[in-house]
Amino acid sequence: MIAYIKPSSGAHVGVKTSVSHIMWQVMLALSPATAFGIWCFGWPALNLFIITVLSAVFFEAFCLRLAGRVAKPVIMDGSAVLTGWLLAITLPPWAPWWLGVVGAGLAIVLGKQVYGGLGQNLFNPAMLARVALLISFPMEMTTWANVSPLFFPASPGLAESLRITFTGIADIDASTGATTLGFIKTEFSQNRLLPEILQDYSALLNFIGWTRGSLGETSTLLLGLGGVWLIRQNIIQWYIPLALLLTVTLLAGIFHVMDSQHYISPFLHLNSGAMMCVAFFIATDYVTSPNTPAGQLVFGAGCGLLMFVIRTWGAYPEGAGFAVLLMNAATPLIDHYIRPRIYGRDHKGKALEIPKS
Amino acid sequence: MLSFFSKPRIRGGVHAEEHKAATAALPIASNFPLPKKLYIPLQQHVGKAAEPVIKVGEKVLKGQLLAYSQGMISAPVHAPSSGVILDVNDYPAPHPSALPIRTIVLATDGKDEWLASPVITDPFQLAPEDISLRVGAAGIVGLGGATFPTAVKLNMGRENHIDTLIINGAECEPYLCCDDRLMQERAEQIIDGVRLMLHGMTNSPGANLHLPEGGRPGIKTTNAVVAVEDNKPHAFLAMKTAAKPYSLIKVIQIPTRYPMGWDRQLIRYVTGREVPVGCRSSEIGVTIHNVGTAYAVHKAIRHGQPLLGRVITVAGGAVKRPMNVEVPFGTLISELFDFCEVNPEVTARIIMGGPMMGDAMPHTGLPTVKATSGVLALTQSELKNTDEQPCIRCASCVSVCPAGLRPLDMANTIRTNQLEATVDLGLKDCISCGCCSYICPSNIPLVQYFKYASGEVMARQQAQHKAEQTRRLIDARNARLERMALQQREEELARLAAKAERERLKAEQGALV
Amino acid sequence: MYVLSAIVSLTVLGLFLGLLLGIAARYLKVESSPVIDELEALLPGSQCGQCGFPGCRPAAEALAEGKAPATICPPGGSALAEQIAALLGLDLDLSEIKEPELLVAKVSEATCTGCTRCFKVCPTDAIVGAPKQIHAVVADACIACKKCIDVCPTECLQMHPVEVTLRNWRWAKPVLPEASRAVC
Repeated sequence: MIAYIKPSSGAHVGVKTSVSHIMWQVMLALSPATAFGIWCFGWPALNLFIITVLSAVFFEAFCLRLAGRVAKPVIMDGSAVLTGWLLAITLPPWAPWWLGVVGAGLAIVLGKQVYGGLGQNLFNPAMLARVALLISFPMEMTTWANVSPLFFPASPGLAESLRITFTGIADIDASTGATTLGFIKTEFSQNRLLPEILQDYSALLNFIGWTRGSLGETSTLLLGLGGVWLIRQNIIQWYIPLALLLTVTLLAGIFHVMDSQHYISPFLHLNSGAMMCVAFFIATDYVTSPNTPAGQLVFGAGCGLLMFVIRTWGAYPEGAGFAVLLMNAATPLIDHYIRPRIYGRDHKGKALEIPKS
Repeated sequence: MLSFFSKPRIRGGVHAEEHKAATAALPIASNFPLPKKLYIPLQQHVGKAAEPVIKVGEKVLKGQLLAYSQGMISAPVHAPSSGVILDVNDYPAPHPSALPIRTIVLATDGKDEWLASPVITDPFQLAPEDISLRVGAAGIVGLGGATFPTAVKLNMGRENHIDTLIINGAECEPYLCCDDRLMQERAEQIIDGVRLMLHGMTNSPGANLHLPEGGRPGIKTTNAVVAVEDNKPHAFLAMKTAAKPYSLIKVIQIPTRYPMGWDRQLIRYVTGREVPVGCRSSEIGVTIHNVGTAYAVHKAIRHGQPLLGRVITVAGGAVKRPMNVEVPFGTLISELFDFCEVNPEVTARIIMGGPMMGDAMPHTGLPTVKATSGVLALTQSELKNTDEQPCIRCASCVSVCPAGLRPLDMANTIRTNQLEATVDLGLKDCISCGCCSYICPSNIPLVQYFKYASGEVMARQQAQHKAEQTRRLIDARNARLERMALQQREEELARLAAKAERERLKAEQGALV
Repeated sequence: MYVLSAIVSLTVLGLFLGLLLGIAARYLKVESSPVIDELEALLPGSQCGQCGFPGCRPAAEALAEGKAPATICPPGGSALAEQIAALLGLDLDLSEIKEPELLVAKVSEATCTGCTRCFKVCPTDAIVGAPKQIHAVVADACIACKKCIDVCPTECLQMHPVEVTLRNWRWAKPVLPEASRAVC
C-alpha cells in the first residue's frame, strides 16, 4: 500500500548508514586499543571505563528528560556512549570513580547538551571535560599507574581494584610513575639532555602501548590501525589526521635536526601521549571540525602546530586537549573563510566571466 | 603532469546503487497495448501552455496537431494516436500535488491511423532555420527531463558561436535504462539526429551542402561529442560503430558517477569549460541535448513524425516485469503498471523520473508526458529511511554537492526561517540533484528544504511585487479621485461663473429696458 | 596611597570619556529618524485597517514608538515582519507568526445587481464593471481588504481562499520529528 500523505521530494533512495551506525563504527575502531589498555592496566581501568561510559549515558538521559524529550531514541544513537568512551580512554587508568563521573557530567552537560545536543556543540565534549578535569584536579589527572596487566600475579585483583577505584591508590609511589613525555619534561627542568633522559626508552614497547599513560591512548599501533580502518570505511577523511601528523613530524623534525639535545625526535612525538588518539579520533570529530577538505587540512595542521608548541615550550607535557579546543574555537572562522567554490562562480561568489575566445 | 592539473575535474557526486540490471538487458518492448483513452496535458514543457486547436467531438489522426505553441518558449502537442476528442478540461497533472492541469482527452479508435506527411528526401538540403522550424513544429523538447523546447536551443546555437554539441547519454539516474536501450537499439537513428542537429545549428547562410563526413571544408565546423557513462559498454560500442563514418561525431566514455548527466557537470568534463552563473551554455560555445532528443529529431525530420511517445523505464522492487517500453504520451501510469504487473500491495512510493530527482506521485491516475523517462514503483525497503535525526555536521553533503554548496548550513538557515541568509549561501545555485539527501546519515530531507525555501523566496518576491503593484494602483486611484474632484470643482466654478454672468447680463438688459 | 591614586585616575578617566561621549552625542547627532517614513513605505499602504490602526501611517508611527509588534501587519505576513524587525533592530520569533491565509474576493454572478458601490470603495481598483452590469474581481489586484464586502447590498461579494493551482503550489517545509517526540 502507498503509505504516503505528503509530497516527498528526492532523493527517494539513499545510503543505509545512520548516525548510530557511524558511532558504532568509531567505537569498533577504538575497541582494540581500549581492550589493550584495559588489559595493560587491569581491573581498575575496567572499572573506570564502565563508570565513565555509564555516567555519560546517565547524564545524557537526564538532560533529555529535563528538556522534555524521550531519551531512548537519542541514547540509541550512540553519541553519548562514544563521548563517555573517548573521555574514559583519555583519563589516567587508575583514576578514582568520581573523576569519571564528574568528567562525564562535564562532557555531556557542559560540553554538549547546553548547546542543544548532538551536532550543536562548539567544543569536543570529551576534550572539554578532560581539560576541565586537568585544570581542576591536577593531582588525580597526572597519577599514572604502572603497567600491571590483568591476570599477572603482581597486578591488583578484583577486590583490590575496587578499593583503588573507590577509595584511592594505597601505595602511590610503588604503583605509579611518570609518562614518557612527563618524564622528559621534568628531566629537562633539571637541565639534563635528551640522550641521557632517554636511556631506558623503548620505542617498541611505546609503539605497542606497554607504557604508562592514559587508559586507552598508549598503543600507537592499535590506535593507528583503528584510524586507518576508519578512513578505509569512509567514516573519517584523511585530511585532518594527515595534516596533523605531518605538521608535528615536520616541526619536530626541523627542531630535532637543529638541536637533538633539547628537542625530541618526530618519532617520539608521534609515538607518545595522545597523538594518535587525537589525530584519528578526537580532531576528526564531525561536529567540531571544519566542513571542507581545505578547511580540514588547516584545522589538522593547526592542531598539530599547537600540540607541538605546547609540548615543547608549554608547562604541560601533553597539549592535545588544549590544542583541539583552541582549534575547535577556530572552526567557525575556518568554515567562514574556506568554503567550496560554487559552480559557475568564483571564490568570492561572483559569477564567472564568459571567456573570450 | 601538466595534463594532470588541466584535466577537468568532476566535483561531488555519489556512486548510487545502480539497480539497472533488471531492465538493461531487455529490448525495448513495443507491444504495449494502445490505451482506450489518452490524457494529454497541454503543458508538457518549460514555457507557456499550448493552446488547443481542436473541438470536443472532433476526429483526429495520429500525428495531427492538437494544440499549437504559444509564444517564444513553448511547444505544440500532437495526437499520439487516431481517435475522437472526448474532452478538453482540467485533469490531475503528473506532479507531486496532482493538481489539475488543462488536458485533452482522446478516445483512441484502435486504428492508429497516421496523418499523411510529406517525406523529405535529403534534409541536408534544407536551410538550418527550416530544421529548427520543423523540430519546433514536431513538439520536440529536451527529453532528459528539462523539457526545454529543442528548437529554441537550436536557434540559440545559430545565434551564438557553438563549437561543441554534447549529446548526453550519461543516464546517471539509478533504475533508468531507457536511454541505454535506445542507444543500443537505435544508435544509427540517434547519430542521424545528431547530424541533423549539427546542420540545424549551422549559422552560415548558403552552407547547406552536405558532405559525407557531415563537415564543410572552409567553414568553422561544430564538433559533436556523444558522452556515455562507462557502465553502458554495449551502448557505447553501438554508438561508436554508428558514428564511425562521421569524423565530426566523437563518442566518448565518461565515468559513472551521479550526477554526471547534469548538463553543466558534463560540459565541464567534456570541454573543461564552466558555464557562468546566469548564463546559458550556448554563451560559452557549447550546447547539450539528450540522446532521446536526437532520436526524436531524426524521426521528425526524416519521417515527418512529431513527438508522440517515448521509451519509458518501468522498474522498482514492486514491478514483476520491469522493462523499457515505448508508450504514447497520455498513457496513464495505472495502465503501464497493469502491463508491467506492479504489485500495489508492496508499492510504497510511485516515482515519475529517476529516484534521485524524480517526484513521488500520489496516485496512478496520472498521464505520462514528454518528461517521463521512467515510472518506478519502489518498495519500502528500497526507499531511504525517513527517520530524521539531528545533523552531526559530517559534511558528507558538502563533499558530494556537485554545485559546491554547503547543504548543511543552508538547511540550518532554512529551519530558522532566515531565507535571505540561505539565498546568500547559494540557494539559487542548487540543482536539486539529491546527492545531499542521498548521502545524509541523519536522513534529513535536504532537497525538500531547498525546494521549500526556493518556493518561499519566490512567493515572497511575488508578494513584494504585488505590494508594489498595490501601491501603484492606490496612487493611481487617489490621483484619479483627486483629478475628478478637481474637475468637479472647476465645473462647479464654471457653472457658477456662467450663472453670475447670465444674471449680470439679465440685470444689464433689465437696466437697459 | 595606591588605592587613592587608582580611584582618582579611574574617576578622571570616566569623567573624560563621559565628556567625550556627551560631545559626540551633541555633534554627531542623527536627525530625527525618517524611520516612520521608511516603515510606511514598507507597509502595503492599502489603509485596510486590519492592524487595528486607522491606516498605514498611524501603524508606522506606532511601530516606530515601539507600541506595536513587528508582526502587526497581517497581509504582510512573515516577510514583512522580517523587514520591519530588521529596520527596527528587533528580535523576531517567526515561529509565532501565522502566515496570512490568502484570500480573494469573488462576485457571485447570480446576486450581483451592478450597483457599483463595491468598485467605488476598492482601494486598488480591483473590481471592474459598469452600472447595471455584473462586476468582476481582478484576483491579481485584490488585496483582501474586505471593504467591498461591507458595502455590498446583496452580499454577493464573498471572500474565498486563493485556489491552489500548479502555478502557486509550493513544497511544504519539512517537519522536524523532534517536535512530535516531546514527552507529555
